[in-house]
Amino acid sequence: MSTTERDLRDAARLEHQTDEGAQEMQPRRREVVMTGGIWPDDDETMIINMGPQHPSTHGVLRIMMELDGETVVRAKPVIGYLHTGMEKTGEQLTYVQGGTNVTRMDYLACLSNELVFALAVENLLDVEIPERAVWMRMMLVELQRMASHLLYQAANGMDIGALSMMIYGWREREQVLRLLEMITGLRMNHNFIRVGGLAADLPDGWQAATLEVCDAVEAGVAEYETLLCDNPIWQERTQGVGVITTEQALAFGATGPILRSTGFPWDLRKAQPYLAYDAVDFEVIYTDNGDAYDRFLIRLFEILESVKIVRQCVARMPEGDYRVQDRKVTPPPRARIDESMEALIHHFKLFTEGFKVPAGETYVAVESPRGEVGCYLVSDGSPKPVRLHVRGASFYNLQSMEVMVPGSMVADAVAVISSIDPVMGEVDR
Amino acid sequence: MSDATPDAPAPDAPAPDADVPAITDPVAAAVVAKFPGSVAVESHGQSVVYVDRASLRAVTEFLRDQERFTQCSDVTAVDHAADLERVAVPGVAPERFEVVVNLLSHPRNRRIRLVAEVPEADPVVPSITPLFPGANFPEREAFDMFGVEFEGHPDLTRILLPDDWSGHPLRKDDHPARIPVTFKGDPAPR
Repeated sequence: MSTTERDLRDAARLEHQTDEGAQEMQPRRREVVMTGGIWPDDDETMIINMGPQHPSTHGVLRIMMELDGETVVRAKPVIGYLHTGMEKTGEQLTYVQGGTNVTRMDYLACLSNELVFALAVENLLDVEIPERAVWMRMMLVELQRMASHLLYQAANGMDIGALSMMIYGWREREQVLRLLEMITGLRMNHNFIRVGGLAADLPDGWQAATLEVCDAVEAGVAEYETLLCDNPIWQERTQGVGVITTEQALAFGATGPILRSTGFPWDLRKAQPYLAYDAVDFEVIYTDNGDAYDRFLIRLFEILESVKIVRQCVARMPEGDYRVQDRKVTPPPRARIDESMEALIHHFKLFTEGFKVPAGETYVAVESPRGEVGCYLVSDGSPKPVRLHVRGASFYNLQSMEVMVPGSMVADAVAVISSIDPVMGEVDR
Repeated sequence: MSDATPDAPAPDAPAPDADVPAITDPVAAAVVAKFPGSVAVESHGQSVVYVDRASLRAVTEFLRDQERFTQCSDVTAVDHAADLERVAVPGVAPERFEVVVNLLSHPRNRRIRLVAEVPEADPVVPSITPLFPGANFPEREAFDMFGVEFEGHPDLTRILLPDDWSGHPLRKDDHPARIPVTFKGDPAPR
């Protein structure tokens, strides 16, 4: 059969009659050389959109991928589908209300966002918070890190095809969230870390409940380790996939587990300690290969480090006040409002007007489960910020996809996206 | 912008952290020595250098290559159009916009912040994306939100808002949520 004949036959096969008329596709003209193992050059690549409504893109992330066959040549994240103008909203809320706004940015690590906002405001106010509040904040943020990494284990398992892993991850995460609900009153979006301290003291019986959760999470992590770490299918799917070097990670602004997976042990909790991280004992987990498997391992073992910190917090939780007793920042106790006129006025002024923050600007950064979360805050002396900018860790980490995805298969791209662990609420804000 | 030496602060400088007698931070001192017109201040214990916007990229390159600043943590902009009170930095002529670059040095374990004043009439600054590819998204975000253009950026398009959006919502005079509403039976405007 000559080439022309084959083309004609293909063209006939590709022609289908529908209600809308003939649907034609151009037959592809190319000579296929069956020997030699080299296919003739085909410079045609295809651009496909993955997302924004794709089950494995973690929210509404769209990726434009240029494909050569099944290999990805280029990948460009397209974002903004979850943009709700939270930085603009932040300029219209007082510092008292600001926590409710920032907590919704990275909705899987709400307390990290509340923490960085509170630290930034306290930096401008020059407020020193009591010891107990510092340790409570540290414990809550570490519990949050456990919950976030457990969710990553679940979602990552689901993306790669280990579906039972999804159920296990959610199971342990739910226990952590139940504990957070017991302490803060809410499972997510707590608004518990306030400027000047916290919203409330720890409830009765928190030690026993926290230690119980620590035990459950440790047992769960041991189970995941057995299930996945030496699993040949899991290793095939993740080892050598989405490789990034330290230089690339630094250049693209990647932080957190992505940077640590390249053999660069950078963790703000150790490098630039805030809260009381210099007083607790924990390790920075890092590996050398920079692939999806390493990022999985780092997040798995960081859960255990967080458990270690939480146990130390339970053992060493200082007594004292959970917020500063500065009536400019902290509302008076409920009982005082009934008996003191001044307390009532303070309460009223604080929740209607808010408190004034001296003019100035500051940048504060903390280590969230996803990397460096920063808050750049500009005040003009009024009760509302002039500019509330949050440096979302995922926003920067997502860019490193441009070097991690090309060269891999489409199915591996899913594993890479999952290993970045992006939270679109934080990316789009 | 004159060759400002912080030894001579304006007598009416309101912020106490603005009139530091000498530059204590060696990196900030090196930048001021190399780029005349730069002003180094300390803001809440953080080292901040106000640079001429034309030299923003040169300063960043100097910090990356000479002073071992390995990562660009953040690029953002601020609109000061509606400030009640603004901290005056002696030697810096305040403009409506500020482009703020936060750099991090891993080997030295320290940060520095560069601030460039950008006038409303000509909101253009050089892009630092050729130096730090990670500045790509945040510069696009600043362009999208403030309309500040980054010269030399490879792909300066809107990032969070749709391409056909008009206006830059984080500008103080832009009110994206305010849509004129006509109610049923509304009397005609008088």
